[in-house]
Amino acid sequence: MSALLSVEGLTVDLAVPAGTLHAVRDVSFEVARGETLCVVGESGCGKSMTALALMGLLPRNARRRARRLVFDGVDLAAASPARTNALRGAKLSMIFQEPMTALNPAYTIGNQLCEVYRRHKGGSRAAARERAAFLLGKVGIAAAGERLGQYPHQLSGGLRQRVMIAMALMCGPSLIVADEPTTALDVTIQAQILKLLKDLQAEFGMALVLITHDLGVVARIADRVAVMYAGEVVERGTAAQVFAAPRHPYTAGLIDCIPVPGRTKPGERLGAIPGTVPALVGTIEGCAFRQRCAFAQPACASAPPVHADAGHEWACVRGAA
Amino acid sequence: MLGFAVRRIALALAVALAVSAASFILLRLSGDVATAIAGEGARAEDIAFVRKAYGLDRPLVVQYAEWLSNTLRGDFGTSLYFKTEVIGLVADKLPVTLVLGLASILFALAVSLPLGILAALHPNTWIDRLCLALAVLGQALPNFFFALCLILLFSITLRWLPVSGTGTWQHFVMPTLALGYYVAPAFMRLVRAGMIETLAADYVRTARASGLSPASVVFKHALRNALIPVVALAAVQLGFLLGGSIVVETIFALDGLGYLAYQSITYKDFPTTQAVVLLLSVVYIFLTLAADLVNAWLDPRLRVA
Repeated sequence: MSALLSVEGLTVDLAVPAGTLHAVRDVSFEVARGETLCVVGESGCGKSMTALALMGLLPRNARRRARRLVFDGVDLAAASPARTNALRGAKLSMIFQEPMTALNPAYTIGNQLCEVYRRHKGGSRAAARERAAFLLGKVGIAAAGERLGQYPHQLSGGLRQRVMIAMALMCGPSLIVADEPTTALDVTIQAQILKLLKDLQAEFGMALVLITHDLGVVARIADRVAVMYAGEVVERGTAAQVFAAPRHPYTAGLIDCIPVPGRTKPGERLGAIPGTVPALVGTIEGCAFRQRCAFAQPACASAPPVHADAGHEWACVRGAA
Repeated sequence: MLGFAVRRIALALAVALAVSAASFILLRLSGDVATAIAGEGARAEDIAFVRKAYGLDRPLVVQYAEWLSNTLRGDFGTSLYFKTEVIGLVADKLPVTLVLGLASILFALAVSLPLGILAALHPNTWIDRLCLALAVLGQALPNFFFALCLILLFSITLRWLPVSGTGTWQHFVMPTLALGYYVAPAFMRLVRAGMIETLAADYVRTARASGLSPASVVFKHALRNALIPVVALAAVQLGFLLGGSIVVETIFALDGLGYLAYQSITYKDFPTTQAVVLLLSVVYIFLTLAADLVNAWLDPRLRVA
């Protein structure tokens, strides 16, 4: 069966005053129907740019290239802006990091939810409202009918993110791209929203691309994982493969940073990766991680080979252990 | 929204009362009414007689109360210079000024909204620069000079429009252009800056991510939030146009309120000045109130105060 989303050689260049910033460099991954791919990495690794590139929502100074960018049989790389726009909100939805500012303050929740539905599905105002109330119930908002008449400023951050999720679901999408959907929320709300996303996915069967810096989130929700570093995917595989046997030193370092109840002793220092992400302006020779890597060797100065083992791929001079 | 409107209207009435008292007192401080009535070269006894006859020797508070009660009953007194009822004078001039002010502000908005939006959609391109050039020209040209250029072109050379007077709608075309182009640049800049900000807002990205039509993204989601400062400026500018269009009214011989205010101050015509000042301040208060209500309608978060 062919993948729902197939990305090959995705590159995003940003024109910045200092030159060209290579935010996303030759990124490839696939997402099957109904599965969850987590794209994980630290700030500035290009994961949000990857999400925006998929949606066709890159900023004005950005340029997107891809050898292959196919969603549900549509070649997004060749599609006209109007064609892409018709997919957005209908079959391809997005949830953002900041629920506090992602809804328009001037319109009611109901107005904003219904507009998306009527744009793509047409139909009466009443039908759209019914769908909106149904989905608000599904995302766990009580008294949905009343909430529809409220404005965003009358809702808490957690509720607004639930509304955003309902908005993403309005037209029954086959893929939702969620960019750090829980980062701006309280810790207790984070867990609720993640569980909600997982439950909704089980119920409606859409695929999910979840962008996060939090491996705890990944462990909870991912079927597959792509680890990004300095604009590149350095390791990808199933969640089980990546967590049980991380091959790239960066992935291993990230996993070491997670406190595990029972295994991490009180007072013990958590793992940390020394140094910071390299600047992405200009070209990067060899492995981008080598300055921070405990296993760096002279061979790292040239582009690392990609190893593959039963769908588990990593880009490092070190092969399977 | 209704409660908000009622509170704002009550507040506006209170402000109007305070302004009427302040303007009454300030005007009395600016000169002696009895001297003005008695006329030039009047003897001290005449002035004293006038002061007594007109009740100007009573305490200021009593005089204010009398003036206020007369005013509320629609009696603004008799003009010292024109020797007619002030209310008739004002009623004569107000329509001219009102038509000119409203036409100018509408013209300014009709020009600046599309250009401001266009510039914001193409920032730092030649389109943006062209709009900016138009704005700078409008701000830099003194409006009397621009008015004279218009007369030269449309009246003298092309002979399309009458030079001056208030007879037909054609008489209002050039004054409207002159005043409107003078106030338009501020609107254009405000619309451009506001639109650039809202077009980059998260909720506009949400609208794009939802596949909404470009028209909905620009006009429904971005423009509405960019309009709030524009509405506030429009109220102030309209007030300015109603009270301060003396220069343009004079050039085109439009016999309006601005010219009346100028005359009444020159001739120390206290009742007329008082009436014009009161009228203009009430207009300002009303416009501010209207702007508040429009903005509360635009942005639900403003409906609390």
